[in-house]
Amino acid sequence: MSISPGASAPPVKRPSLPELFRSFVIVSISGFGGALPWARRMIVEQRHWMTAEEFNEAFALSQFLPGPNVVNFSVVFGSRFGGAPGAAVALAGLMAPPLIIVTVLAMLYARFGDIELLSRALTGIAAAATGLLIAVVAKMAAPLFRKRWNWAPLVAIAAFIGVAIMQWPLPWVFAALAPLSIALAWVKR
Amino acid sequence: MNENPLLSLFGYFALLSLFAVGGANAAIPEMHRIAVETMHWMTERQFSDSFAIAQISPGPNIIIVTLIGYHVAGLAGAAVATAAMCGPTCVLAFLVARTWDRFKEARWRIAIQSGLVPVSLGLIAASAFVLARSADHSVYAALITATTAFVGFATRINPLWIFAIGGLLGLSGWL
Repeated sequence: MSISPGASAPPVKRPSLPELFRSFVIVSISGFGGALPWARRMIVEQRHWMTAEEFNEAFALSQFLPGPNVVNFSVVFGSRFGGAPGAAVALAGLMAPPLIIVTVLAMLYARFGDIELLSRALTGIAAAATGLLIAVVAKMAAPLFRKRWNWAPLVAIAAFIGVAIMQWPLPWVFAALAPLSIALAWVKR
Repeated sequence: MNENPLLSLFGYFALLSLFAVGGANAAIPEMHRIAVETMHWMTERQFSDSFAIAQISPGPNIIIVTLIGYHVAGLAGAAVATAAMCGPTCVLAFLVARTWDRFKEARWRIAIQSGLVPVSLGLIAASAFVLARSADHSVYAALITATTAFVGFATRINPLWIFAIGGLLGLSGWL
């Protein structure tokens, strides 16, 4: 697939607006359990719109910004290639299919949510989905707890206690911990 | 409270979106606090069902706000909640994307990036805790959660299979 072994050659292709829309529709409907691997496959490996490095940087930015990562990524990516219209088109492509699907599911749930069988199945799925989230936490925590920066686990635990145990509103917990954590990262660099 | 539900949906989710570092998963406890405890929009059960439906749907997990919005105020609620959750952060992403690359090596940028990682980890852990409390009402459900956590951590199995097994076990009536 790649033209040269050096993967950092700048990609030559630029997506048009309809192409942007279509690709994010595909990323969106493929993205069961996380759209990131699909976005990467499409953008870096199939279409050659970005190099692997450019993709990593754009995605790191999307992760650091508040809000859903993939949604941010569609805006960052779309704006790079098409300014504001590009961002809007990529975002629309990403959000339209799941919005339609989920609205239909919401209608079905409103109508049939009381049915015993459905609610039993959802109980099982919710239990499994919770387990997957715990797995994500474990994967994220592993490198953090291995690092020399011993303050990082303490910040994570404080955020956990504030939100889960004390049930304080998220904005307060965030306002207290984020500046502290950033200051520690600055000093302990 | 006698507020217009569309206004409260918009206000809560627009504010929440700006603090949701780590995405939808980091925002679950706050959504739960607002929807179940503060506003009494839905029951514990309806909340964990919504989470399950959002998980089995394709696309970003943030789509759970669409379900909450629909539950509160129908189609208009779904539209308003989704727009509120995505709008502010998308504008922010758009503005930051244009300047961010210039500060790639800046020390403050590196400090912000690495400083926010543990905060977001703690928030996502809190989400797992809140969801476990609302989803695991029996020993069997808790066992499914624990097994899935292990399988998800140790293997690369497609999550849809795990959801299918969880759903079937649920149907069988053991949970």
